[in-house]
Amino acid sequence: MADESLVAKEVPKGFQVFFGDIGQAFFTGMGYIGGLATLVLDIFRSLFSDPYPLNDTVKQFEEVGLKSTSLTSLIGLFTGLVIAVQFIVGLERFGLQLYTGQIVGIAITRELGPVLTALMVAARVGAGITAEIGSMNVTEQVQAIEAMGANPINKLVVPRVVATTFCVPILAVIADIIGILGAMVITTLETEVGGKYFLDQVTDTVQMIDFGSGIAKTFFFGFFIGIIACYQGLQTRGGTEGVGRSTTLSVVYSSICIFVADFFLTKLFLTF
Amino acid sequence: MEFIEFQNLNKAFDTKVIYTDLNLKIHKGETITIIGGSGTGKSVMLKLLLGLIEADGGKIIFDDKDVTTLDREELISIRGRFGMLFQGGALFDSMTVYENVAYPLREHFPEYEEEKVGKIVQEKLEVVGLPDVAEMMPSDLSGGMKKRVALARAIATDPEVILYDEPTTGLDPTNTNRINELIIGLKKRFQVTSIVVTHDMNSAFKVSDRLALLYNKKIEIVGSKEEIDQSTNEVVKKFINGEIEEL
Repeated sequence: MADESLVAKEVPKGFQVFFGDIGQAFFTGMGYIGGLATLVLDIFRSLFSDPYPLNDTVKQFEEVGLKSTSLTSLIGLFTGLVIAVQFIVGLERFGLQLYTGQIVGIAITRELGPVLTALMVAARVGAGITAEIGSMNVTEQVQAIEAMGANPINKLVVPRVVATTFCVPILAVIADIIGILGAMVITTLETEVGGKYFLDQVTDTVQMIDFGSGIAKTFFFGFFIGIIACYQGLQTRGGTEGVGRSTTLSVVYSSICIFVADFFLTKLFLTF
Repeated sequence: MEFIEFQNLNKAFDTKVIYTDLNLKIHKGETITIIGGSGTGKSVMLKLLLGLIEADGGKIIFDDKDVTTLDREELISIRGRFGMLFQGGALFDSMTVYENVAYPLREHFPEYEEEKVGKIVQEKLEVVGLPDVAEMMPSDLSGGMKKRVALARAIATDPEVILYDEPTTGLDPTNTNRINELIIGLKKRFQVTSIVVTHDMNSAFKVSDRLALLYNKKIEIVGSKEEIDQSTNEVVKKFINGEIEEL
């Protein structure tokens, strides 16, 4: 015992605090991942044991998909415009403006369209889901669902996660198309490249694996957005202040998750 | 065996102990009010009874079944025999009053046709004195009206037991009186067993057959209104006189 006290004295307090904080953050992170995994299990359990909430899912498709179309299309359009402008300037130095369509097509379909669409959905829809479920949680509406014999996972989580998982890919396809069209418009206006030539460049260069790998990633992004948003909502405590905190964390965690997953999924799809 | 019985119940949230060996028997058809200070775990008893949260130890017997050992399907079936009025009403913001009251009917009686559901919803809204609000949204209702709609939803399935979580909290005297009369009226009309959780002593004495004081993680005393009123127990006297709120 005496030896232990000596060791404790020898370790500077700053180190103890530093490693203590790291340890605490590690366990908090593991707890969060465990909570998400439990929610995923609950979703699968609900899918196999409860009647599928079709009406709620259709409503969520409207909320997540239809109502996000204008926003993600706008982001897609301006992404296409700006990326084309950047490449026109860059390629002009080497006299390679003719290849703008090839580079823009690859950049948008493989990376920019999927990731920016997912980030927009996380900000618009993820925040909305967390705020809605969080408010329901702090006003005991979630417990009321359970008290009336229904399963909140089936009623609230399943429709939202299914909607985000399948809507983000659809939105990404739209954003890809609008982004490429935007890039075509600006390229034809600022260079001597014609619209048909631009599109031929895109269709010749962008292969199904480029387009497919970009869209395949968005299924994962959508799933993560839905799961994190619902989990944050169900974990909300502490009234309206808690709802605000959960909503912010939902967007932050979803965004981090999208970037991290993007790297690993890109590496994974490059092996095919 | 009593209709409802809490036996040696233990519950803690993290390090905060709520109950240690709590015992309480509730007779069929009676209205019992659980009184106690804020944060003593009165509402937790109702949620444990419904299986919304899990006990750490002990038994909760409802009609000869131990709620703490039931699986999900059995719990859902048991919950159909309960109606619960939540503290803030807990009406679903995104649904109309009609859809709110119809919700438990659709969960427990999916075979009911819409016409029958509509008839029951209207009947229950009339019971709580709000026959004309079916198409309104909860946000359009006053606090008292929300509580009454929540009560209509709680009785929609004709439950055997109604749980009231702070039914009069935050209401003006007129609405408080109206809710009290509804609790008494529902008992007389449908012979339901009622468990009321409140710290409103006027309401407790008005609606109850018996009262139970939750104190120091246990039920300190259970008795009729007269027994509680005339009790020489210092804690009971102080609580009734409003001299202590946090127990």
